[in-house]
Amino acid sequence: MKEAFKFAFPKTIPILAGFLFLGISYGIYATAQGFSPIYPIMMSALVFAGSLEFVMVNLLLSPFNPLSTFLLTLMINARHIFYGLSMLKKYQRLDYKKFYTIFGMCDESFSINATIEVPEHLDQGWVYFHVTWLNHLYWVLGTTIGALFGNHLPFNTQGIDFALSALFLVLFLEQLVNKKQYLAILIGGLGALGALLLLGPDHFMVPTMIVILICLSIDYFYQTHKELNQ
Amino acid sequence: MSVTQQWITIAIAVLGTMFTRFISFMVFPPSRKAPKYIVYLGTILPSAVMAMLVVYAYKDMVLSIPSPTTFPTILATVFIILIHLWRRNLLLSILSGTILYMILIQSL
Repeated sequence: MKEAFKFAFPKTIPILAGFLFLGISYGIYATAQGFSPIYPIMMSALVFAGSLEFVMVNLLLSPFNPLSTFLLTLMINARHIFYGLSMLKKYQRLDYKKFYTIFGMCDESFSINATIEVPEHLDQGWVYFHVTWLNHLYWVLGTTIGALFGNHLPFNTQGIDFALSALFLVLFLEQLVNKKQYLAILIGGLGALGALLLLGPDHFMVPTMIVILICLSIDYFYQTHKELNQ
Repeated sequence: MSVTQQWITIAIAVLGTMFTRFISFMVFPPSRKAPKYIVYLGTILPSAVMAMLVVYAYKDMVLSIPSPTTFPTILATVFIILIHLWRRNLLLSILSGTILYMILIQSL
């Protein structure tokens, strides 16, 4: 467990930087809209899904509509369904740590846990668990600092949010080099880019996932069909 | 909306988010062998999704071309790719790339 922590913690340091910054921005944003600090802090602790939490601030200022809230939540977080499918094998084996590890499966925790190769002698379950709670902690911590102390930060943090883009970029490179699944990468990358340019930044993820699913399914059934005919 | 309605709205967001994270595990519990197709998706999806997440991470930059962030982003990105393929050290690549980006964007 301790060894697993020593392995997991360094992997999360970029997220410490990115989440503190983003969390602080979120805390400032929510309190600037008139919410008491407890709102953004509780949302970060319980929802733990960055983009949805920003949207929630506006939603909480609109008329009460439970159904549209639920549907919006599903739309914004639909990608997590993909994460679940990807982590079936890795997370299904976890014992009592499983519930929390799935509960805390944000983009960043998923990306790290899906990509890193855990050395043989370490307990994989503990590594996944440590990565998850550390990231969760950073996010809640950032939100709390932003919500409580918002505008009194002494240093120039402009550009620090690039750490998260850099994280996704590097994990993508690892995936590319290790797995060499070029067709899937091409489908995901070009699909997302096309959808982004066509549909704009707020509505491109779900269509991208549909495109990915269709293309990968076609490839799968084409491959199995070929095998059957041989 | 009232305070009660606000907390109900937050509870719905919590449940909706949990639903998207848990649904795959509920449909395919360990006791039930997942179909070959789903196992295949599990092995191939991370590559496609990571590519999608890179686009997601760069979306604001892509849509704002040309802007003051365009050049720092491209330079930092090329730097990260090169240093990562050279050293393969996650932390080194991300921290050095981010520091380079911060220096560029704060001084340009």
